[in-house]
Amino acid sequence: MKRVAIIGAGPAGIEAAAVLANQNMEVLLFEKSLNTLSNLLDKAYLFPDFSLASDRVDKLNKKLLHPNIKLCCDTEIVDIKKDGDEWKVVDSKNTSYLTSAVLLTTGYSVFDAKRKEELGYGIYNGVITSVDLEKMIKYNQIENAMGEPPKRIVFLQCVGSRDEKSGNNYCSKICCVTAVKQAIEVKKLMPDTDVYIFYMDLRMWGQSFEEMYRESQEKYDVSYVRGRISEAASTFDKKIQIKAEDTLVGLPMKMTTDLLVLMVGMEASCGTKALADVLQIKGEYGFAQSLNCHLQDNETTQQGLFIAGSCKRPMGINETLADARSASVIIMDYLNACQENNEL
Amino acid sequence: MAKYYWNEYQKTIADDKYFYERSCIRQTFFPGSETAFLRIVREELGKDIYDEMNQHTCTGIGYHTDIVPLETTMTVVARLFSLMKDAGYTNYVPSCVTSFGVFSEMIEIWNNKPEVLEKTREYLRKATGREFDIPLNLVHPSDIIYKFRFDLKEKMKYSLVNRFTGKPLQVVEHIGCHYAKIFPEKGVGKAEFPHVLAGMIEAWGGEVVDYPERRHCCGFGFRHYLLQENRGYSIANTKKKFESMEPYEPDFIVANCPGCTMFMDKWQYTIAEMEHKTYDKDGYGIPVLTYEEMAGLLLGYNPWNLGLQLHQVQSEVLLNKIGIPYDPNEKYKGASGQILPKPERPNNLLV
Repeated sequence: MKRVAIIGAGPAGIEAAAVLANQNMEVLLFEKSLNTLSNLLDKAYLFPDFSLASDRVDKLNKKLLHPNIKLCCDTEIVDIKKDGDEWKVVDSKNTSYLTSAVLLTTGYSVFDAKRKEELGYGIYNGVITSVDLEKMIKYNQIENAMGEPPKRIVFLQCVGSRDEKSGNNYCSKICCVTAVKQAIEVKKLMPDTDVYIFYMDLRMWGQSFEEMYRESQEKYDVSYVRGRISEAASTFDKKIQIKAEDTLVGLPMKMTTDLLVLMVGMEASCGTKALADVLQIKGEYGFAQSLNCHLQDNETTQQGLFIAGSCKRPMGINETLADARSASVIIMDYLNACQENNEL
Repeated sequence: MAKYYWNEYQKTIADDKYFYERSCIRQTFFPGSETAFLRIVREELGKDIYDEMNQHTCTGIGYHTDIVPLETTMTVVARLFSLMKDAGYTNYVPSCVTSFGVFSEMIEIWNNKPEVLEKTREYLRKATGREFDIPLNLVHPSDIIYKFRFDLKEKMKYSLVNRFTGKPLQVVEHIGCHYAKIFPEKGVGKAEFPHVLAGMIEAWGGEVVDYPERRHCCGFGFRHYLLQENRGYSIANTKKKFESMEPYEPDFIVANCPGCTMFMDKWQYTIAEMEHKTYDKDGYGIPVLTYEEMAGLLLGYNPWNLGLQLHQVQSEVLLNKIGIPYDPNEKYKGASGQILPKPERPNNLLV
């Protein structure tokens, strides 16, 4: 039985592990955290169908109950190198594992909004991130800095994405639709709350996204303002004052809000950056680089080393799962070809 | 404690051997501040600072109002740097924030465009026969006070504490735009929450007021004020700041830019005349100090030698809060010992 190491037990790692295990491969799935799916655990609902995130977590985790999968949580992989025809994977306790192929699914981390000091995250309690709001929605505890239900919530898109100041010129792809989803969720929970979304341009690229955007305006009365917020400050009564320019009417504006939600983008995770560096496959912005983005998007410059999911670039969950299945097929082809060569 | 990336940012500030360049307008509006700075650096800190006699404008105000062309500004700046070279110094310290911004900008251009640097050398040579070096370290005097704030604290006789309540004084700090907004990396703590004045206030016992319009323009803005027709914009901006800070009841304002100190001080008189409005409870206005005046007061320097009587908003209320003694009879005593004429009393702002 061929053995494959998968680094990272997020949606991509779990999906690939399940596909490979079903194809009679032995899978070693390494996760540095104590739990699998850590980025998914705090989510309430998923776009575009508002399915329960916990349901998806349960279903993905069930896939791990396969005799061919060995899950190693709390295990950080620090080195991966070619050892003859095999790969040697080494963890932080210096334990080595030999495998025929390696799949990197080390994923993303969210942008640290404290880097955008002008927006006041970590300084003012009324400034939160989309990750914080998701937790509030999940536990139905949406509160302002005074612990009261907010009368107005303002979302700001593109925090740490499409932003030269933070060094991230790329689009994180999922924030636009996430803000629309969260705005609808807020209005479902608190219909009387005013909700505004400040955007540069709304990228409703996925199936049903445009419909959600339209529904948010027609059914839920969410207001959209085209413009970036230049600064946030606390007022005397602990609200948040924002300054922006409405670029459609060409006028500066000032507004106070109970909550300012920063739609934080995706960055390469520390694990992605470190291992991409070790493996010499580091691409732009620290993400792992595929051989080419059209025909060999799961392959790398090194034979037997594959990549999938948001360690390559920002991706939503459904795209990540599809990419993981694609990587699994490529890995099986690679291992079959290796076996044929050996038999010859 | 939360990790603030920007707050950890510290610029390089030379330890000693400074070449000081005075400001055009500070000597008129805050005549004691530059003298106080030299005294602090020489006598309190024991550092070497050179006060050049043959200095001149940096062209800042003319440059920012499009009266002086860029090439002229570069050549004038180059002459100032040539004075530093002749004196044998490499650490340049311009008193004015506008000058600091102009020098930072010229150095940035020269570092990125060596051909422009060579052209400037040629212009200076043709005009004056002089040569210049780019400073190894360019800092604002407020950077130096910030760097040595804890050393100074040990020598201070007073702190920023209200002696009647025992509570920290509430201080509004205002940073000149040209200190860090043009080149954020040139300012301690960078552009949005510069720490240069906040660091002094916190070290010396006060509390910084974080009010919504903290970063808003003081109202100077060059063309906002220099063109008479635009002065409504100038005072409107200052008014916006005062309305924003008023609920926090600040004890005083400290700034590191001559324009900011002047406009936030003098527009209080104008607003009081126009609208019968002051932004303190008792009608005296909110005192506006330079950082040298703030440091000098706490070090025990005579308030009248620091020139506080030349401000529009008078400082006795603040001096009483801190517990700094002063002689009212000497308030308008000149350096020769002669009592100078007293200024006319405003109609609405109490003095």
